[in-house]
Amino acid sequence: MAELDDIVREFLVETHENLGTLEQDLVRLEENPNDAKESLARIFRTVHTVKGTCGFLGFSKLESVTHVGENLLSLLRDGKLSVSGEITTALLSLVDAIREMLTSVEASGEEGSGDYSQLVQELARLVDPSRSAPKPTRSLQSPPAAVPTASREVGQRDPAPPPQIGELLVQGGLITRTEVQDVLELQNAGDPRHVGEILVEQGKVAPEDVVDALNLQKKTKAQNGGLADTTIRVEVSQLDKLMNLVGELVLARNQILQFVGPDTDAALQTTTQRLNLVTTELQAGVMKTRMQPIDTVWSKFPRVIRDLARSCKKRIRVEMEGRDTELDKTIIEAIKDPLTHIVRNAVDHGIESPEKREAAGKPVEGYLRLKAFHEGGHVNIEISDDGGGIDPEKLRRNAHEKGLVSAAILARMSERELLGLIFMPGFSTAEKVTNVSGRGVGMDVVKTNIERIGGSVDISSRLGEGTTLHIKIPLTLAIIPALVVASGQERFAIPQVSLVELVRMDLDKPDCGIEDIGGVPVYRLRGNLLPIVDLSKELFGRKSIIGEGAVTTIVVLQADERQFGMLVEQILDTEEIVVKPLAKQLKNIPAFSGATIMGDGSVALILDILGLAQKASVIGARRDRSLGDRGKQNQSADEKPESLLLVRAGERQTLAIPLRLVARLEEVPRTLVERAGASNVVQYRGQIMPLFYLSDVISEISDAHTELPEMLSVVVFDHRGRSVGLVVAAIVDIVDEAIKRHSTARRPGILGSAVVHGQVVELVDLPGVMERILPHTDSLVPQALVA
Amino acid sequence: MPEENQYCTFHLGNFIFGVGVREVQEVIRYQQMTQVPLAPATVGGLINLRGQIVTAIDLRERLGMPARDPKALPMNVVVCSEDGAVSLLVDEIGDVIHVSSSQFEMVPDTLVGPEREPSQGCTNSRASCSWF
Repeated sequence: MAELDDIVREFLVETHENLGTLEQDLVRLEENPNDAKESLARIFRTVHTVKGTCGFLGFSKLESVTHVGENLLSLLRDGKLSVSGEITTALLSLVDAIREMLTSVEASGEEGSGDYSQLVQELARLVDPSRSAPKPTRSLQSPPAAVPTASREVGQRDPAPPPQIGELLVQGGLITRTEVQDVLELQNAGDPRHVGEILVEQGKVAPEDVVDALNLQKKTKAQNGGLADTTIRVEVSQLDKLMNLVGELVLARNQILQFVGPDTDAALQTTTQRLNLVTTELQAGVMKTRMQPIDTVWSKFPRVIRDLARSCKKRIRVEMEGRDTELDKTIIEAIKDPLTHIVRNAVDHGIESPEKREAAGKPVEGYLRLKAFHEGGHVNIEISDDGGGIDPEKLRRNAHEKGLVSAAILARMSERELLGLIFMPGFSTAEKVTNVSGRGVGMDVVKTNIERIGGSVDISSRLGEGTTLHIKIPLTLAIIPALVVASGQERFAIPQVSLVELVRMDLDKPDCGIEDIGGVPVYRLRGNLLPIVDLSKELFGRKSIIGEGAVTTIVVLQADERQFGMLVEQILDTEEIVVKPLAKQLKNIPAFSGATIMGDGSVALILDILGLAQKASVIGARRDRSLGDRGKQNQSADEKPESLLLVRAGERQTLAIPLRLVARLEEVPRTLVERAGASNVVQYRGQIMPLFYLSDVISEISDAHTELPEMLSVVVFDHRGRSVGLVVAAIVDIVDEAIKRHSTARRPGILGSAVVHGQVVELVDLPGVMERILPHTDSLVPQALVA
Repeated sequence: MPEENQYCTFHLGNFIFGVGVREVQEVIRYQQMTQVPLAPATVGGLINLRGQIVTAIDLRERLGMPARDPKALPMNVVVCSEDGAVSLLVDEIGDVIHVSSSQFEMVPDTLVGPEREPSQGCTNSRASCSWF
């Protein structure tokens, strides 16, 4: 029996996979019934295979159900019937029935007790509308006389051979079938040439058409069988094990690298170098095996959306962009449910009913767009619809009625903050509870789930025009960038996702500007009160370092929408760390989320910022998330406040750079600046980073770099995946300001000027500048300097 | 002699303890340890065992014995438990001894307190305990 079990298992895995593509094909078919010969053939083939294998394995019920489905499909494929919504529904329920039986087979080895006679009848009725009783299937199996044999063969053999070249040309309407027959007869009579050749010679078709057809044929070939031979199935646990081993290898490599210096034996050096290279490649390779395209999640959506749209009586077109964007498998698993939820939400109460849409002057068919792309080590997913959008005022009323947020805070909230309300637990805008959504459980779970994997969710919506959800998630969970800080003898890693900024303290002020409110230390950061947590005090119960003059830097962290400052004794560096889970004995300490091994082989704990904040009671377990504290009342909706980095250029010129474009701020000793070609470069994190002086890239900047200071202040940006440094005279401040732009000073590199904190600043058009000086990713030479 | 009766012994203060050899993964010298704040006192710290992070249990603390002289560095007896490797911090490592079942005695009922729980039995004057 063991052998049979293997066969059954293989059949199950294969069929589950096939059913997935089948569903997609069916939905596509319905959208696009005219251009579907290929997908129909594929659908037919899948069902046919299932039927055949079932007969062989003795699953008679499964066989009988698929058999009727196959009949219906053969009519569709031969063009005897055309695809309708009714037929698609029936076929989809066929897929469901097959899946149900497969699940049962998987669990018990039996097909289960489900009764599918109704489905069989429905399918049979569709095959022959004049009869309502199940039709004897025999008569259907004989091929309809009108269909030429050649086309039937395309679908029925399994795996199907790619369509003949003549067949493709006939389908393209370039020649008639009789002409092909003539040529085939010629071949049979001993003509050694290819069909295409003969046709071209006879002047029946143009050579280009034959080439097109050949390409199409090749494509079909690749789709049909090419992949099956080159891939194998591997257990995920096996990959996990490999991943762990590679992680250890990487650490061992790092340690060896530390021992090997320039004065080591040359042979050892070469070997180490080789080890280094191979390990890096191995790591990348293993990481890649765990990567899956986001399509593995998305492929289920067309079906979900279709069914949902039908049940809500809506019409929805789905568009997907970046289906092949790859993510780590664990992340794919983690975003599956949140994404499904968002999509269901969009269909259920994002997109309006056809009548409403028509009244609003929109196309009757709603539009849902999924987009995924890589950006700066993160994967971005955008889900947008062109539905009714979210009314912030309705959110305000709703939150008030439910008593989730106090009226005073609500009154102060900006539009953006109001939109953020939908992520609160217990919040729902649906007017009535449907079986799809509206129970008020959902978006908060979506948010929590995505934040758990180090991602973030953001929503933007325009009333009447639609809603977009932006999700940003890391590529992989295993390796994260972190800031390493020290408290006492121990080092701790702070995940960079929680890090907002580092604030250097003003040592001239008493207690460095930290004030005391009822025994609680706070700091005024740009007009907002920042509660302060002392890491040493929280973790070791030591005396606070405030008041000892030891405070130099505040690490501003974000946990659950709320910011707080953390005092640490020392800030060491940023590092990419490999996250390792803590043992069971330590799991219940809320302040740590894991541990990691540092470059020198010692162990450092990773701080769980949320847990730490809760422990220090900076944030409650549930609280109204400080929604009001960032809302400045005088801001109207179109003047969105933006964080700006103010830098000095020359003696008296101040420039503003949007903070979101800035990757890091660095100080580089002038002696480290080297020349490469026509540009200045500096070695930065294992890369060669081009450096530009403000005066080189923006006209009319008085920045004479003859008197450069010893330490250069460098603003580092990411430009197309690499770092670029901009040297400024000084870094002044970071401000949150809604700016009114005056375009009087507009010129290349400058968008305009504005008044910030009573000072005139010029806004740098950073993308424009970058585009001008580095038009291609691979070109290091700034055009401005060459010219 | 059946393996089950072989014990890897180690010293803690004036006592000798043993763990079944099959449960011992390895014995290593003192490793640099990372303290875990807020953790129970029995957790001595975390060590890096060839890329694997292992929790070290302070056996003196666990068995209710006075703390070790801060200058004396403990040895690590790494044992396999259900949730992966755990290191036991001991004063000194002893021999592997064979204990036949006839030499094996029950833990005296008069022994109460933290030592009681992990002990399986003892032999002659040598306490022999098996973990987890």
